[in-house]
Amino acid sequence: MRPDESAFQLRDVCLDRSGQRILIDVDVSLPKFGITALIGPSGSGKTSLLRLLNRLDDPTSGQVEFSGAPIAALPVRTLRRRVGFVFQTPTLFKGTVADNLSIALRLVDADRPVDAARVAEVLRLVHLPEQFAERDSGPLSGGEKQRVALARALMTQPDVLLLDEPTASLDPETADHLIDTLCSLPEKLGLTVILVTHRLSEARQASSYAVMLEAGCVVEAGATEKLWRAADSARTRAFIASAAPRPNAA
Amino acid sequence: MLLEPPLDIGWPQLMIAAALVLVALALSAWQRLGLGKSLAVGTLRAIVQLIAVGYVLLWVFAADRWYVVCGVLLLMVMTASFTATRRLRAPAAVRRRLNLICSVAILAGSGLTLAYVGAVIHVTPWYNPRYLIPLFGMIVANAMNAAALGAERLQSEMDAGRAQIEAYLALGASAQQASAEQVRRALIASLIPTVNMLAVMGIVALPGMMTGQILAGISPNLAVRYQLVVVFMLTSATAITSAGVVLWYRRSFFSAATQLLPLAALRA
Repeated sequence: MRPDESAFQLRDVCLDRSGQRILIDVDVSLPKFGITALIGPSGSGKTSLLRLLNRLDDPTSGQVEFSGAPIAALPVRTLRRRVGFVFQTPTLFKGTVADNLSIALRLVDADRPVDAARVAEVLRLVHLPEQFAERDSGPLSGGEKQRVALARALMTQPDVLLLDEPTASLDPETADHLIDTLCSLPEKLGLTVILVTHRLSEARQASSYAVMLEAGCVVEAGATEKLWRAADSARTRAFIASAAPRPNAA
Repeated sequence: MLLEPPLDIGWPQLMIAAALVLVALALSAWQRLGLGKSLAVGTLRAIVQLIAVGYVLLWVFAADRWYVVCGVLLLMVMTASFTATRRLRAPAAVRRRLNLICSVAILAGSGLTLAYVGAVIHVTPWYNPRYLIPLFGMIVANAMNAAALGAERLQSEMDAGRAQIEAYLALGASAQQASAEQVRRALIASLIPTVNMLAVMGIVALPGMMTGQILAGISPNLAVRYQLVVVFMLTSATAITSAGVVLWYRRSFFSAATQLLPLAALRA
């Protein structure tokens, strides 16, 4: 893979927290465009790795590159507007859905009026009706909140979207709908999506590339179908197989 | 302006007055509150500390030197800063920084206010300990409470609001934008006692300084004017101290790269 085909390149990245090593010598390239899934058992370091990609955290050692340049070379606030992040539990701000979406733009220009056309456009992208803009964000359902959080992250027209278990607290049907929405975004927007998920069926359905992590190390990275059909690592094969027979794993 | 000289309180009278503490001791014994020892030790400490302060003040008044007065004021600020931060659960490095923040904020809040008032009421010489020490003491005590309330509230708000703060940061917010709500709540919490004090002044309680001056024989009108000056000073000093402590302390929660520091880095 040529360097310009990578959205992110991690070189010998280590991350320590409270004396514990969370990520160990991670050396991996995450491709540009399409959806990459980060998979692995709980505590394997998926979320920790994701947080390094828009500098919610910095590595203890090693280097993260974004579009071929060290990530620290870019002003952090500019980086975060180019690399959006959707958290596992959506945190919406007080006010209407439109207020929530406009905040992303008002952080740069406090006097900026609500851009109704942009709000409507982004709501359409996440499959929410235009009228949704005037709804109070407080009483929304979990699935609706997650869609609004996704829409809010899209307001800054990012190049990359980082998603940390976005369906973890949703019922299977709502989760499926959200994944369908996600799958439509890279093509529509030329977006790179990095998806952390513990639902392997979701990873397989959505992603074209996957990275398997365990105990802070990259076990294997490659095309999703290859990992599912013929992973090089016995550990990856065992992990994928362990999820397959569970009837409610989807 | 003395209406009449104050009645003298001799040692025997003081001892008889101290017997009033027996009422609280009796309540503790009757209801088995287990406060007997604390009450007895507290009473003794109050007697010893206040008598010692009386002698120190006598010495400071007699010395009448600016550097002695400034030394006493500085000691008051340092003690207040230590007291304001001692309940916070924070690692040594954060606590040291917060101590410094509190000292500077209390000194700035109290010092600027006192300098302003000193100029308005023409205190001469500028370091006159009879005015400076009691006025500064009252201001510092209030500034200390404002600092403690502001710092503690900010810490709890920052802990409770981590998800919201990170949601803002992830959208490209600055640390100031991301924590604006937490800062606003901490400032309100630290200023509420002052706002309440202003609202009930003279109705719920006659302020201590005014009461003392009236007992000492000063005209109630003059005592009221002194008290109002003190109230204005407290309001200004608590506002400056609260703003200084809360806004500076906020910086401790973020890295230079606008990252919310992990809880482990903020806790002892």
